[in-house]
Amino acid sequence: MIVLAAVAVLLPFAAAFIGMIFGHTISHLLTPLARRLRRAAPGASAGRARGLARRLPANGPALVAVLPIAASTVLTAVIAVAQWQDPKARTGTLTLVQTGGVPFGVGLDVDGLSAVVALMVCCVALAVQIYSVAYMRDDPRYSSYAAFISLFTAAMLLVVLSGDLLVLYVGWEVMGVCSYFLIGHYWHDRATSRAAVKAFLVTRLGDVGFLFGIFVLGMGAHSFNLRTVLAHAPTMSHTTIVAGTLLLLCGVAGKSAQFPLHTWLPDAMAGPTPVSALIHAATMVAAGIYVVARLYPAFLSAPDSLAVLGVIAAISMLGAALAALAQEDLKRVLAYSTISQLAYMAGGLAVGTRDGALFHLLAHGAFKALLFLGAGCVIVAVGSTMLGAMGGLRIAMPVTFWSMTAGFAALAGLPPASGFFSKDTILSQAWHTAQRQGEGSAAVAQQAHGIPAWTGWLVLIVGLVTATVTAAYATRTWLVAFFGERRSPANVREAPGLMRWPVAALAVPALVLGFLGLGSDHLRPEPGMAVVSLLFVLAGGGGVFLVWNRDPAQDPVRLLGPVRPLLLDGFRVDAVYGVLVVRPVLALARLVVRADERVVDAAVEGTGRGARGLGGVLRRTENGNPQTYISGVLAGVVIIVLAVVVLT
Amino acid sequence: MHLIYPVVIAALLFSVGVYGVLARRNAILVLMSVELMLNAVNLNLVVFDMRWADRLHGGQVLTLFVIVLAAAEVGLGLALVLLIYRNRRTVDVDRLRTLGEHEQEGARQ
Amino acid sequence: MTAADIVIVALGVVAVGAGVLVVSTRQLVHAALWLVVSFGALAASYVVLAAEFVAWVQVLIYIGAIVVLLLFGIMLTRAPIGRSDDLDSGNRIVALVVAAATAAVLVTTLARGFRDAYFPLKARVGNGSTGAIGASLFRTWVLPFEALSVLLLAALVGAIVLSRSDIGPEAAEEDPEPRERPRPRPAAPLVRRRKRNTDDEDTIVLARIDEDV
Repeated sequence: MIVLAAVAVLLPFAAAFIGMIFGHTISHLLTPLARRLRRAAPGASAGRARGLARRLPANGPALVAVLPIAASTVLTAVIAVAQWQDPKARTGTLTLVQTGGVPFGVGLDVDGLSAVVALMVCCVALAVQIYSVAYMRDDPRYSSYAAFISLFTAAMLLVVLSGDLLVLYVGWEVMGVCSYFLIGHYWHDRATSRAAVKAFLVTRLGDVGFLFGIFVLGMGAHSFNLRTVLAHAPTMSHTTIVAGTLLLLCGVAGKSAQFPLHTWLPDAMAGPTPVSALIHAATMVAAGIYVVARLYPAFLSAPDSLAVLGVIAAISMLGAALAALAQEDLKRVLAYSTISQLAYMAGGLAVGTRDGALFHLLAHGAFKALLFLGAGCVIVAVGSTMLGAMGGLRIAMPVTFWSMTAGFAALAGLPPASGFFSKDTILSQAWHTAQRQGEGSAAVAQQAHGIPAWTGWLVLIVGLVTATVTAAYATRTWLVAFFGERRSPANVREAPGLMRWPVAALAVPALVLGFLGLGSDHLRPEPGMAVVSLLFVLAGGGGVFLVWNRDPAQDPVRLLGPVRPLLLDGFRVDAVYGVLVVRPVLALARLVVRADERVVDAAVEGTGRGARGLGGVLRRTENGNPQTYISGVLAGVVIIVLAVVVLT
Repeated sequence: MHLIYPVVIAALLFSVGVYGVLARRNAILVLMSVELMLNAVNLNLVVFDMRWADRLHGGQVLTLFVIVLAAAEVGLGLALVLLIYRNRRTVDVDRLRTLGEHEQEGARQ
Repeated sequence: MTAADIVIVALGVVAVGAGVLVVSTRQLVHAALWLVVSFGALAASYVVLAAEFVAWVQVLIYIGAIVVLLLFGIMLTRAPIGRSDDLDSGNRIVALVVAAATAAVLVTTLARGFRDAYFPLKARVGNGSTGAIGASLFRTWVLPFEALSVLLLAALVGAIVLSRSDIGPEAAEEDPEPRERPRPRPAAPLVRRRKRNTDDEDTIVLARIDEDV
């Protein structure tokens, strides 16, 4: 089983390098084969799908991108099934690296949590790779793009399946680098390359804290092995465990785009849409949540960290949802929505339900990837990402429309979509934590914890309000994009097959995943909370629908009035950071440059100038007057004679 | 004859000549001072020739030679002074500064 | 102190005093004349010291030729006749110090060395006679003597060559007419050279001196 997991991780890794180096060579090698297939194909049916399929066998990078990830998907499915049938932890270590201090081992650890998340990652990655073949068809740098996506998938799988904290960190950092490269795929555009740098720097800032958190926990447990750390967690001193978990939260806030390190995610939408779907919806941003879930026993031993996580989650939840409401760019709506949904997961972890948070993570992976890929279809059809250019698309793009409807329903939390079930689990747990009750659903009794009650109240109340706002912006976006009059050019058509079918395929888990949780105690919704949250959701969605219905031609969000620009800018957090952080750092950099010029360079040049000055002083004796010279000579002679006479 | 008197006189005369060489502005005055120095040397030579009663009369002969050389030197020196005067319109030693670093100042003055 | 000592000292005082006046007087021609006095005192000293031949050669050459040459030089460089205040350079103080130091060192050394030295002058009479010097000069010292005569010849030739104004780079400053301007004369360069010769310094100087006087 471990071997299968290792192969599943290594396949995309190998695919990345082979695709980068040999992608075009494979295309050249396969072109004769493709020609033969084309000749053998019946008729000259000119459908785009047919054309693509004809070209496919000769598209080397596409083959190298899709086939290994498909194989990894199969492998992770096998592992997940085996784990489900025989639940036990399986570990395997390749080698133990001696560091002189605390050693760390290179190895994998497969249990129920990691198996199911690995399966989700592989499925979404496969969908994105297939989608990208069509989306990036005309891009000359497709091979490097596909290679980076493969590398990213390998890194994410490493994070998910790793058995050691430092190996996890390796995967974490590789993901960060791949994210930078992928966001900056269109680096010719200055704004895009800046967005990539911003994403990298902000997540890096969190990663520093993350690394130190790993060090603290590793030193505390005298080992970096995950199981060892978790076993030692109750015995570590309170300061150690709180410090370690709080530092880990820095990395979580960075990677999972929570306040205050969330500013990179809306700008990262400058990258290609499939990248946004994979990285910024389903996998990388979920890595932070995943790490907290993986180390949950450690976090439970430090309830203060969970309280901090709860506060962060509450701020991110509501703030991002309000910002999403005011956005004019479809991808930015989805970006802020991602921040908000991740905050839900963080909130779930903060109130004590690991399973609820993970349930929401899986559901979110499915429906957010669906929404992003569908948005990609719409953007390709309309030619712009702005909501103002869309409208009335439901007739022209039916498959996309129905899939995205399912996605929006899941996002808003309407039954029977999966979002309803997962969100409800989190809100129920929040209620129970607020009540500090031991009874209620049996799930809570098992998760005895010291999380303070106010965290529960905070997550509950903010969660309900956010549910309203979420429903509001989901409804608004759905209405403005697909209903009303068409504001886009006339030749809008449905997206090509390779783009349509992954979107449609993702709609299935978005709708169905919720029901899979009914079997477990933890994941079944409670009737009371379900009704309450449904009321909030309907209030938000219904309100927006009513406003829209009065004037379908106008954007319902105009009612926000003067508040809208503030929300559009994301509460001006970027400007605040600019003043608080960017300007002082730039001033410091300028100061350093000036110090280098005035002090260091001046010292170096000063030695030259000093030597010249000294030489100038000495040169004064050369005034051209022979009498001066002779006076000097005679004076010297007299002095020497005096010295000789006196001293001897 | 106590040697000390003529010898000290020669030394004093020499020092006076040194002062003249270093302090006088006109080139011809400098030449005159050089003659003073040479004369001091001559006095010394003659005195010591008499003191040792040199059979070869080396001191006096050398004095004659010094006189001859002084004559040759003054002749050439004056030729040089005249050349300088022709070119620079001055025999002021202070103004002949082209040996110095800031040549344009020497030529200007 | 013998009589000779007293005379030597007196003559020495005269010589040194005249020397001091040479280097300090404000009149250029007076300096040359005081130089004459100094040389004369020295010649008398030579006589006292029984070196007659040297004394007369001193008078002949030094006073008779060298001082005359210096006077000619003074004339030809249009030195100011009469008082002029700028005969001492700015180097005066340093020169005074150096000269004083030189004097101190020399006098001290010599005085300490020759404090008790004495030689009988009367026994030396005849050592400086013309016959003795001549014999020594033309026997023992004949080679340096001949060399010196060649040297004198070289000095003579050199002085003439240096003083000629019609060879070598022509001085443009003292020629009032620039060379580029065509002269209204059907002359070859030879004519110009001759004209330059007639414009020579000497003629002009003499004319100027006549004017001043």
